[in-house]
Amino acid sequence: MHRYTDVICSFCGTLCDDIEVVVEDNRIVDVKHACRIGTAKFFASNDYEHRILKPMVRKNGKLVEASLDEAVERAAEILKSATKPLLYGWSSTSCEAHSVGIELAEELGGVIDNTTTVCHGPSALAIHDAGYISCTLGEVKNRADLIIYWGANPMHGHPRHLSRYSIFPRGYFRERGQQDRELIVIDVRKTDTAKIANKFIRVNYGEDYELISALRKVVNGGELHQESVAGVPREEIIALAEKMKNAQFGVLFFGMGLTQSYGRHRNIDNAICLVRDLNTHTKFVIMAMRGHYNVVGFNEVLSWQAGFPFAVDMGRGFAWYNPGETTANDVLQRGECDAALIIASDPVSHFPRKSIEHLAKIPIIAIDIHPTPTTQLADVVIPSAIVGIEVDGTAYRMDAVPLRLRKVKEPPEGVLSDVEILRRILAKVRGEQLAAKAEVAR
Amino acid sequence: MQEVVLTPKEQPSYGLIAECISCDVFAGKSIEEIEALPVYYGNKQGKLGDFFDVSGEVASSAEEMRIVIAGDVTKTRWIGREMSAGEIVVKGSAEMYVGAWMRGGRIVVEGDVGAFSGMLMRGGELRVEGNAGDYLGCSYRGEWRGMSGGTIIVEGNAGMEVGQNLNGGRIFVKGSVESFAGVRMKKGLLVVGSATDRVGAQMTGGTIVVLGSILRLLPSFDFAGEVENPEIDGESFEGVFKKYTGDHAERNAKGVLYVRKE
Repeated sequence: MHRYTDVICSFCGTLCDDIEVVVEDNRIVDVKHACRIGTAKFFASNDYEHRILKPMVRKNGKLVEASLDEAVERAAEILKSATKPLLYGWSSTSCEAHSVGIELAEELGGVIDNTTTVCHGPSALAIHDAGYISCTLGEVKNRADLIIYWGANPMHGHPRHLSRYSIFPRGYFRERGQQDRELIVIDVRKTDTAKIANKFIRVNYGEDYELISALRKVVNGGELHQESVAGVPREEIIALAEKMKNAQFGVLFFGMGLTQSYGRHRNIDNAICLVRDLNTHTKFVIMAMRGHYNVVGFNEVLSWQAGFPFAVDMGRGFAWYNPGETTANDVLQRGECDAALIIASDPVSHFPRKSIEHLAKIPIIAIDIHPTPTTQLADVVIPSAIVGIEVDGTAYRMDAVPLRLRKVKEPPEGVLSDVEILRRILAKVRGEQLAAKAEVAR
Repeated sequence: MQEVVLTPKEQPSYGLIAECISCDVFAGKSIEEIEALPVYYGNKQGKLGDFFDVSGEVASSAEEMRIVIAGDVTKTRWIGREMSAGEIVVKGSAEMYVGAWMRGGRIVVEGDVGAFSGMLMRGGELRVEGNAGDYLGCSYRGEWRGMSGGTIIVEGNAGMEVGQNLNGGRIFVKGSVESFAGVRMKKGLLVVGSATDRVGAQMTGGTIVVLGSILRLLPSFDFAGEVENPEIDGESFEGVFKKYTGDHAERNAKGVLYVRKE
């Protein structure tokens, strides 16, 4: 039996780093401090019945077991013969895997995109336009006295966000914890987070942008002529603006309710500008509630390797980025890509139907830990080990702080990490080139 | 004016990057040289001659050049990129980025154009007889100085974020536009037939004229009286218009929005 302390949970963007895990005979027998979702993920690694344990290749229309070499060979063949391969997924694997994946995309001249494209992609576009006034979660914990969640429901999506960083913890300047802080929730419905808030503001569906504009007008000293905006009475908007201006350290956390509702990146653009305006009165910051545990990591790695956070087309040998043209769903819906490598993601469950219709027409290589609708549609399936439980790796928290995930147990026999699988595919794609170079070196 | 005719053959499904279709590039070349110009699709490079039959006479300078694309090219992108003179006529529809970074000359598309057409235009004229996609006359991601000169005329409708970051020049859309027309606009003139909502969002300067109805006005715009037959930037408009200033979500915003009184 071995007790691991300070293990990092690889589920959501909160990346809780205080987990205790007890392992006996390569089975997790106890998990402490994690939320219900995180605990379930740790325990699920014991369950080999719902894992893919052997590589599979489609033959005569059926997925049959194959050796790893055969699967890698087939994957390399598919990718090499493609004119516009799409490499998608990435948000639930390590930065080391991202790095190899981006190299593979460059080698192939493909399009590489991650789940940012369907979650906080609009935030990235807004940040290009408006910048990003942010901080680390540690600063929120120690300083923030006004916490706003807009279009986010951490009680369900990031269960320990409230207790570790925002409203409940005692911080250096917030010694009494919750009593020293105020929580405001702005959403279209009364979520479980809204139920514990000091104030809940219900905004009309799809009118967030109007409410932000009204708030900005008031913050900037303008007069609001309307009786109500987006279903919120004028007095309430003025009171909220005053509260924001008079906070000592305010933070605006925003989620999918703002990025994926009507207005998308302009909602975030306007929200960032609101925070910028507030900084003429007090200290205020904004932070995206990133979902997958390493979605930020992919944005970081792609930014330093290719210069852009997501949706990069390497077709011409250099990185070209323009969401709307190079994003996974646009490439799929226009029927442009002719092969796909999907790693650590399940687009067949989550993408619009039109995208899936094209995915069904092209060969897919799926690298995943367990069967999903995507692996069922795939032509090559390669099982991988769970990052943060069975292999180590680097991940970025939602505030872009990198943390080292730890290995606490062995993966199933013969199952490799994402990094190793991608390295093998990359080597196979380069194939003769590598051999020729080795020849010269000798 | 000498004319080169490009007759489209089969277009690749991958999207064809044909930034070489420009009078500046064609001028002074032989037909064989034009056929050999590079085009890109997916991770491959091909020749213009693989996708178009090239015929006609080539002029020695761009000013005297006219390129006619005889048919639909709905998978071809970047037509007329950075063009400075001459004329391109597309006798059908084209895809994204028509006339991007255009500096002069004229492009006429008899069908529709895709998104990002007229991106960062600096001069010249882009005329679309059908509809335009999203981001007509926009800037590139993160570039706060958008289209700075020239004229875009669309006979049909246009999508979202028309004239995003507009920093000069004129855009006329005779039909309707979707939300966020003139978003973050700084200078220039944007005239639209009718608009939905969030017109002039975050604008700090320039003028937007809505000739028809508007679905919903942003709360951060202020009413500034009614104007009869206004003359704006040398263009005269008939009828009574409601004048608004904004977007007062921004500090010191000097944008003006005219909406025709119903």
